[in-house]
Amino acid sequence: MIEVFRWLIWRELALALRRKAEVLTALLFFVIVVSLFPLGIGPEIDTLREIAPGVLWVAALLASMLSLNRLFADDYVDGTLEQLVISSQPLALLVFGKILIHWVLTGLPLVLISPILGMQLGMDMDSIIILMLTLLVGTPVLSLIGAVGAGLTLGVRGGGVLLSLLILPLYIPVLIFGAGAVESAQAGLGVEAHFSLLGAFLIGSLILAPVGAAAALRISLD
Amino acid sequence: MLNCVDLACVRGDRPLFSELNFNIQPGELLHVKGHNGSGKTSLLRILSGLMLQADGEVHWNGENIRKLRDEFQRELLYIGHLPGIKGDLTALENLRVNSGLGGNTITENVAWEALGKIGLKGREDLPARVLSQGQQRRVALSRMLVAKAKLWILDEPFTALDVKAVAMLQSVLEDHVKNGGMIILTTHQDFSVANIEVRVLHLGISESSI
Repeated sequence: MIEVFRWLIWRELALALRRKAEVLTALLFFVIVVSLFPLGIGPEIDTLREIAPGVLWVAALLASMLSLNRLFADDYVDGTLEQLVISSQPLALLVFGKILIHWVLTGLPLVLISPILGMQLGMDMDSIIILMLTLLVGTPVLSLIGAVGAGLTLGVRGGGVLLSLLILPLYIPVLIFGAGAVESAQAGLGVEAHFSLLGAFLIGSLILAPVGAAAALRISLD
Repeated sequence: MLNCVDLACVRGDRPLFSELNFNIQPGELLHVKGHNGSGKTSLLRILSGLMLQADGEVHWNGENIRKLRDEFQRELLYIGHLPGIKGDLTALENLRVNSGLGGNTITENVAWEALGKIGLKGREDLPARVLSQGQQRRVALSRMLVAKAKLWILDEPFTALDVKAVAMLQSVLEDHVKNGGMIILTTHQDFSVANIEVRVLHLGISESSI
């Protein structure tokens, strides 16, 4: 079981590293979208600081959705997805491996770059740390939920748009509590409640999403 | 052994076949024949567990493959219409990854040897996207040379292959059957495997005889 999982991880990483542009797209999108706000709203630092949590979280949400429709689409087109489905290992485990790598390559970079963007919007150090932590807990949830949507819209014409319509409403709770935690931190309030809920989302989606995505893939391939 | 009981398949509200009964024993090769759209690929996808049949059951050693799942998949090698090749990986990596994902980890030496044998000598290190269609097909089929699976399900394995490669492939099929393996394949080409009786299953007879 470990062996098959290792091959999958190796394959996903090798493919991503040979197409670096795709990995960088989400990160650059995140940086550019956040940088547009000071240009559009004006350099008023108090205003920017106030909207920073929302802006950063919405941008992170859109950025992590950007590459979602490619999560299974390439494998579907060239037939490797069929081979994963009939592999002797549980499909949910393999799907989890794909989601994990997707997050490491598109979600984790957002977490790492977010302090710089936070500073750009005039956030103080304490809130920036909270921002990083919320993104660290929140972005895996986005990848996990997104994978179910990506599985369901596989092979559908105009699947990309449909995927957004399907997934964005499910992202709302993560957005509310992610951005909410940062806002609370800025206002000097406690953030435990927000983190408890984000953690619950993460655990819930870790358990349910791979199974759901695997079922969606079986339906799409039938 | 693989045993099909009253299999039925419906695609887009149109029944393709129904009450299909057959079995295949170790050391047998089954050639599924039929005109385009008669349900050959659908049958193979049902047998490999990719598609759900409208009715009936598929048994492996007496047990439903839907229940066995992992145990059955371990014994199965399915090569479909789509090559299952990643253009960004080299031929060697493709073979090793595909085999590894199928639960059969092979060393680099074994992979080199298999690719050499299937006529890709000197191209093992090239990204698969620069290979021709026939060569990509060979990369996909090279899995057969290293497979440990008992049951091979091959959908049009001879497509895009030249005469030499087809002959080579037939000898591989022969070896597998002689070693007690089972093969189910479709092809529109005439083919024969030396010293082996090929069983034929006709799909969609009712329609073509009208």
